[in-house]
This record gives sequence, structure tokens and C-alpha cells, in this order.
Amino acid sequence: MIPLSETIGIWLGAALTLCVLSFLYKDNPFFKFAEHLFVGISAGYWATLEYYNMFLPNLWEPLTQQGRLLLLVPFALGILLFSRFTKKFSWLSRWPMALVIGIYAGIAILGYMQGDLFPQIHANLRPLVTDNWLTSFNNILLTLGVITGLLYFFFSKEHKGALGGAAKVGIWFLMISFGASFGYTVMSRMSLLIGRVLFLLKDWLHLVN
Amino acid sequence: MRREIPIAICFLAGIFYTLELFIPHRQVLSIFETVRQWAQILIAFAYVLAIANILRVNFHAIQKNQRDWPYKVVLIVSLFFMITLGIFFGGIGEGTIFDWVYYHAQYPLQSTMFALLAFFIASAAFRAFRIRTLEAALLAVTAVLVMIGRVPVGEELWNNFPDFTEWIMNVPQLAGKRAIMIGAALGAISTALKVLTGLERTYLGGE
Repeated sequence: MIPLSETIGIWLGAALTLCVLSFLYKDNPFFKFAEHLFVGISAGYWATLEYYNMFLPNLWEPLTQQGRLLLLVPFALGILLFSRFTKKFSWLSRWPMALVIGIYAGIAILGYMQGDLFPQIHANLRPLVTDNWLTSFNNILLTLGVITGLLYFFFSKEHKGALGGAAKVGIWFLMISFGASFGYTVMSRMSLLIGRVLFLLKDWLHLVN
Repeated sequence: MRREIPIAICFLAGIFYTLELFIPHRQVLSIFETVRQWAQILIAFAYVLAIANILRVNFHAIQKNQRDWPYKVVLIVSLFFMITLGIFFGGIGEGTIFDWVYYHAQYPLQSTMFALLAFFIASAAFRAFRIRTLEAALLAVTAVLVMIGRVPVGEELWNNFPDFTEWIMNVPQLAGKRAIMIGAALGAISTALKVLTGLERTYLGGE
């Protein structure tokens, strides 16, 4: 026996799914309703999560239960963010903004170096000649693709002559990469669609097992 | 003062964090952790600011009786509804009303919104896959091969289709992706340096 709350939930989910799918016909009030509901619920959802996961454990509880008064500094800076709504004091909101942007810029420098730049270069340092011809071929292709791809992103010199030729080969590799990403995106969207159709046919209408 | 102080704060905060790599001392790391916590608190405040902005824009639209204003009411009511459920009606854990609304309203809406893109991606593909240049052909052929190789019919057509798709993903696709990742990392690092040194000041709001 399915609990009543579950039944109501399935009907609600089905109704909202149909509202969104109705956009395939044309933009209509049902879709607009679902669209605005989605924005409202999502904003409320993330704000509530932020309240529980960030605000309470990082600010409110240490401040009120442990008396960590130093936290009044980020609290005051947080309040300054709201000065954006006044013309006279809006410049004050730049202070907390600058702190956050500075911290994340610092983190980004290290993060991209350690997480992307060096590991990717390191992973590409492969032997070009090995005992296995296929491995050699793959390694040569990979090295060629990365170097020519990077040359395509080099805009300090006009893409002419040898640089232009190499950049052209780089575009081919980039196109293959974009094609594969596109294929993957199509597949993921299709599986989401299949999931929604299955939900309607199985959970809601009980037409399939 | 209105420009210089934020630029100085940004520079000091960024340089301070870059030093984290070079000074891995316990006490220094605890200062880093404190400042990181400050940043997280400020981001929580930024969320509240974003909500306030949503409310301001939508209330304005309702007040002015702008087109589609009743939907703005839906947006505001649902926003407050979700926050009220989460904060005043049992929290956000499993089995709460908040959790129920997430699984029966937000999840279906979100997944159907993205599923809807399957149809639009098909029409985009029609335009993108009109093979007129070698580059467009490479994009189209790779996309089709990857899609066929990932479904059972691919293996039915040719035993080695999945392996071939895997090879595309691991060699030519990876080469392009790696070039993009290295290029993007270099771009992000240089942008971060521009922000820290005050060359990039868009966050100051045009000054």
C-alpha cells in the first residue's frame, strides 16, 4: 500500500512534469507557472541549505555558543554587502566583495596550477616510441593534439604560415573534442527524458512494470 | 579611498592565500582556515543578498503590474514557502516536509527542464551537423560515433564499436580536451593575477 503522501507526491510530480513538457507545444501559462515555481523553490532550497550548512555552523553557533567575537568581523562585512541597495553607501559593499574575490583569486591561482595545469602537462609527458606501435601512435597523436590545440589558443601572433597550419590541425582536435562532448550531452539529456517518461508511465499511470 | 581600499583588500587576501603553498606551518594554516571561514560566511550573506535582489526585482514587477506579474507572485510565494518549511517545519533532513517538496516538486521540475533540452538539442544538432566544412564534419562524425558507441545498437552493428568509441574518447578527444584545460587554466591564472594586481576591476562596479 502506497502512503497517501507518496501518492500526492507522484501526482504533483506528474502534473509539474506535464506543465514543463507543455512547452513543446508553445510557451503557455502552465509552463510559465512551472518555470516560476522552479525558480522560487530552487532559490528557497539553496538559501535554506546555505543557512544550515554555512550560516549556522560557521557564524551563528560559534558566535552565540562559543563566544568567538572575532566572527563579528565577517558578520559586519556581510552586513556591508547590503549597502548596495543604497546609493550613498553602495561603495562600502566593495570591501567584503574584494575580500571574497581576493581569497578566491588566490585559491584559483594555486588550484588551477595544482589541479589542472601541472597534472595535465604531466599526464601528457608520454614516450613517443614504444614497443607497441599502437601505444606509440596514440601517444604521438595525443602529443600532437595537445600542442597544436594550444597553438590555436596562442593569439599573440597572427595564424599564418607554420603557426596557421598547426593551429588548423589544433582546430580539428578541438572539433573532435566538441563533437564528443556534444554526443555526451545529447545522451545525458536523452536519459533524463527517458527517466521522466518512465516516471509518467510507471510511477504515475502504472502502464509499464 | 573608495577604489584603493578594496583593491588593497583584494591584493592582500589573494597574496595571503597564495602563500599557503609556501608556508605549510600549523599555526599559519589555522589563520588560513579562519579567513576561509570568513569567506564562506560572506558567501552565505551573498546568498541572502541574491534573495533580496530577486524579491526587489519581482516586487517591483508586481507593483507596476508588469506583464506576467501573477507568475512573479508564484515565484515569491514558493521561495518563502521553501525557506519557511526548511527553517520552521522540522529542518532539511530525510523525511521532513522540505525533503518531500524537494523530491516531489523541485526534482521533477529540474530533471524535466533539462530533459526538455533533448528536443532543442536535436534541432541544434540539425543546424550544427550540416556538413559544409571539414571542421563541421569532424564535429558531426565524432558526435554520431560517440552516441552510437554508447548504446547497445552500436555493438550490434560492429563488435568493436564500443572499443572504437573508447579510443576516440581516450586519444583525439582527450588531446583536444587537454589543450582546452591547459589553456583555460592559464587563462584563469592570468585573470586571477590581473584581479589581484588591480588591473581587472569590474567587481568594483565600473570604477
